[in-house]
Amino acid sequence: MDKLNTLKHSELSDLFNKDEERVNWHDDTLWWIRAKRDKAAHGISEWELLRETASQIKNNVLSNLYNYLIEFESKAQANGIKVHWAANAEEHNKIVLSLLQSKGINQMVKSKSMLTEECHLNQYLEDNGIDVIDSDLGERIVQLAKEPPSHIVLPCIHKKKEEIGQIFHENLGTEAGVSDPQILTETARIHLRETFLTRKSALTGVNFAIAETGEFVVCTNEGNADMGAHLADIHIACMGIEKIIPKKKHLSVFLRLLTRSATGQPITTYSSHFKKPRKGQEMHIVLVDNGRSIQLGREDFRNSLKCIRCGACMNTCPVYRRSGGHSYHNAIAGPIGAILAPNLDMKEYADLPFASTLCGSCTNVCPVKIDIHDQLYKWRQVIVKEGNTTVAKTIAMKVMDFTLSSPTRFKLAGKIGRWTLKHAPFTVNNQFNLWFKNREMPEAPKESFSEWYKRNNTEK
Amino acid sequence: MRVGLFVPCYVDQFYPNAAISTLNLLKKLGVDVYYPQNQTCCGQPMANSGYEHLTKNCNSLFIENFAEFDYVVSPSGSCVLHVKDHLHDDKREEDALKVRCKVYELVEFLTDILKVKEISASFPFKVGLHQSCHGQRGLHLSSMTELVDVPFSKPLQLLNQVKGIEMIELTRPDECCGFGGTFCVAEEAVSAKMGKDRVEDHLLNGAEYITAADMSCLMHMEGILKRQNSKVKVLHIAEILNAES
Amino acid sequence: MSRETILSAILNNQPQATKLPEYLQFDSPSKEVITEKFVQMINLIGGRVVVIHKLEDIDLYISEHFKVSDQIITPIEGLKYYTSFTGDEKPHQFVNTEFAFFKTHFAVAENGAIWITEDLMGQRVLPFITQHLGMVVEEENIIVNMHEAYKIIENQDYGFGTFIAGPSKTADIEQSLVLGAHGARSMTIFLVKSVPKFFNT
Repeated sequence: MDKLNTLKHSELSDLFNKDEERVNWHDDTLWWIRAKRDKAAHGISEWELLRETASQIKNNVLSNLYNYLIEFESKAQANGIKVHWAANAEEHNKIVLSLLQSKGINQMVKSKSMLTEECHLNQYLEDNGIDVIDSDLGERIVQLAKEPPSHIVLPCIHKKKEEIGQIFHENLGTEAGVSDPQILTETARIHLRETFLTRKSALTGVNFAIAETGEFVVCTNEGNADMGAHLADIHIACMGIEKIIPKKKHLSVFLRLLTRSATGQPITTYSSHFKKPRKGQEMHIVLVDNGRSIQLGREDFRNSLKCIRCGACMNTCPVYRRSGGHSYHNAIAGPIGAILAPNLDMKEYADLPFASTLCGSCTNVCPVKIDIHDQLYKWRQVIVKEGNTTVAKTIAMKVMDFTLSSPTRFKLAGKIGRWTLKHAPFTVNNQFNLWFKNREMPEAPKESFSEWYKRNNTEK
Repeated sequence: MRVGLFVPCYVDQFYPNAAISTLNLLKKLGVDVYYPQNQTCCGQPMANSGYEHLTKNCNSLFIENFAEFDYVVSPSGSCVLHVKDHLHDDKREEDALKVRCKVYELVEFLTDILKVKEISASFPFKVGLHQSCHGQRGLHLSSMTELVDVPFSKPLQLLNQVKGIEMIELTRPDECCGFGGTFCVAEEAVSAKMGKDRVEDHLLNGAEYITAADMSCLMHMEGILKRQNSKVKVLHIAEILNAES
Repeated sequence: MSRETILSAILNNQPQATKLPEYLQFDSPSKEVITEKFVQMINLIGGRVVVIHKLEDIDLYISEHFKVSDQIITPIEGLKYYTSFTGDEKPHQFVNTEFAFFKTHFAVAENGAIWITEDLMGQRVLPFITQHLGMVVEEENIIVNMHEAYKIIENQDYGFGTFIAGPSKTADIEQSLVLGAHGARSMTIFLVKSVPKFFNT
């Protein structure tokens, strides 16, 4: 029980921090995006009111999800879209596979969908003989590198252009040593155009689905979702059940917030509203639960389901910027990943809520006002109560409680501590003290404040 | 008005000067201030580690020590925020609530309750202000760069009254220092890196002193400064507001 | 069946009903500077604006910017490059389109987004597959922001509709902005200037 996974994030961050220059580069890149987000937000005087409005709409969605899903289903069906329900990742993957197999298709082009990452769809399809090509440039890069995305909006933000150049050289035949983003993007454009034109099936994610009309909206900058969907005979859109919004007019609020929060852009290049299949085309929607209905029942954590996947909390998180997305060992990294993941597997992700200083910046940038840092704190309590901690930590905490519960014991412990620091610093300043690895211990004063006070104040 | 001085455990043990300055500053401003001798800790180190259920004794002790005062004042935004958000006691819940409402971090007590307009202090040095997260984002001691809001800063409002002081601008005005309680050892690599980066920002912008309304952040940055053999020192904001030259 | 399992779990777990916000109206940017703001946004998002007075002016623009051999398509009737659509075309046949241009419903000043539905596209894929994209925007159809936009869209029916804001782009490689990812490499707005009212009277 003691050999738990609780050290995972810290271990992976430790490795990431072996190359400090790279950490600086990663941190600066993401901070630059955060700065762009700030500039965009500060350009809108009603920004905070917009956030509040978005938050209220999403609260309403969670409180009425049952009806909205049923409404969406019937409207979508009336529009000629086929609706499927998947209780978990496995069902989701099976549904997608069977749709492809029923058409005799063995190749698919896919645009960005964090849900399919969560369900590990690519691996499943490949195991079943389906060739999947990711069409978002960043996703294509990590796919070629055989890595998961490290960020929900910027999948290959952890990769330097020289590394990407090498990947392209090995896989797409560019000249060795070429790392100009312009040239690499052009190469990917040509390579993926060929893919778009030859794939009979396209899978996209969903940013918003509208209960009122049964349509869904997909936002991209590259145009890859549209290129895939409008050329394919069968379009499969996969969405978590929380992506529903009540009415079309609510998109005005979300589309104003989404990209400004994500990258500082005023809106994505394409915000496509899919309502009916093209003539001769099949359109499917897979509604996926995969733990969401459980999270909905967790009062303290349900509003994490308000997330619109903008990634702002990652860009602002001082820990994420210095530990990299892969340190979260989950499809969704960063602060939002850390409050979503324990719902799926508390033991596996017990470390994530502790990978934060609780600085609260994530909560401030969240466009739908998820109280991310408060939930991190609450998950810590739940994780410990459920036993996903170490015996050593529990003992340390019990000793702390024992000491701090009694003023006498506290004063004695303080005295011993200060004495040790002063007279036997080697017992503290050594390799077993993780503080000491990069920081000096505070200097021990000759007396504590309470001792000083006692000496100088006799009136009380 | 009777004020109870709450001195966080690590300040009591390692940074008595911050507490002495707080006490003297309050006295200088005419406050009737007392230090209950049986206080220990707010319980935050355990709570933030996921052991809030072990803080019951700390909570009862806290209420026992501070229930009688009109205000509770402390030179630590983080500990004050913890008390405000998490102080409970099954047997004395009403008192717990009262304490939660009357506990103040020193800076906000000076600006909002005492409404201090003049501070007789002098500190002719270049100073960088570290915005401690819990004071800033939790207690709203100043506006936050993430929010679209009218800019304000309670610590600066006070520091600007100090004679001779020169406040430096930071490149990232409100990034976390990476201390984070047990985070500083549990996530040692990231924590230390955050601390180094925060210190670097102050150094690059010419700080001679780094100050904050929270000693824990300063303790973290001091550890890094000392490791680098830097001449730059840390001082709690009370020490500057109380400085005579 | 999973549908029932999921729905019953949701019904059991969803919290008490909360109200939807009523207020979805904000007025930034102000109406007076709306065209100026729109042009500024188009430039910011990598597009360009060409002022025209009548649709035929577009032909002149094309003759100056494209070769005679380039494949140019528009579903706008009466123009030189008009192509008729039956709806039965295979989308793949438009793969060699060099320039396609379209009428649009309206443009949004706050972000430069232009709303177009499939009845104005000829084929859904066309605005995406074309190498270069042209959009006709009438000045009087520039609206303030997305809230105004959805007041119009709310009452529209369509099979497919999209906001397009600039050429396709990516910054996936080290955050370097590159125009021309998978969709159009450039976007030209043909801004049809409104004739000031006093000329009409």
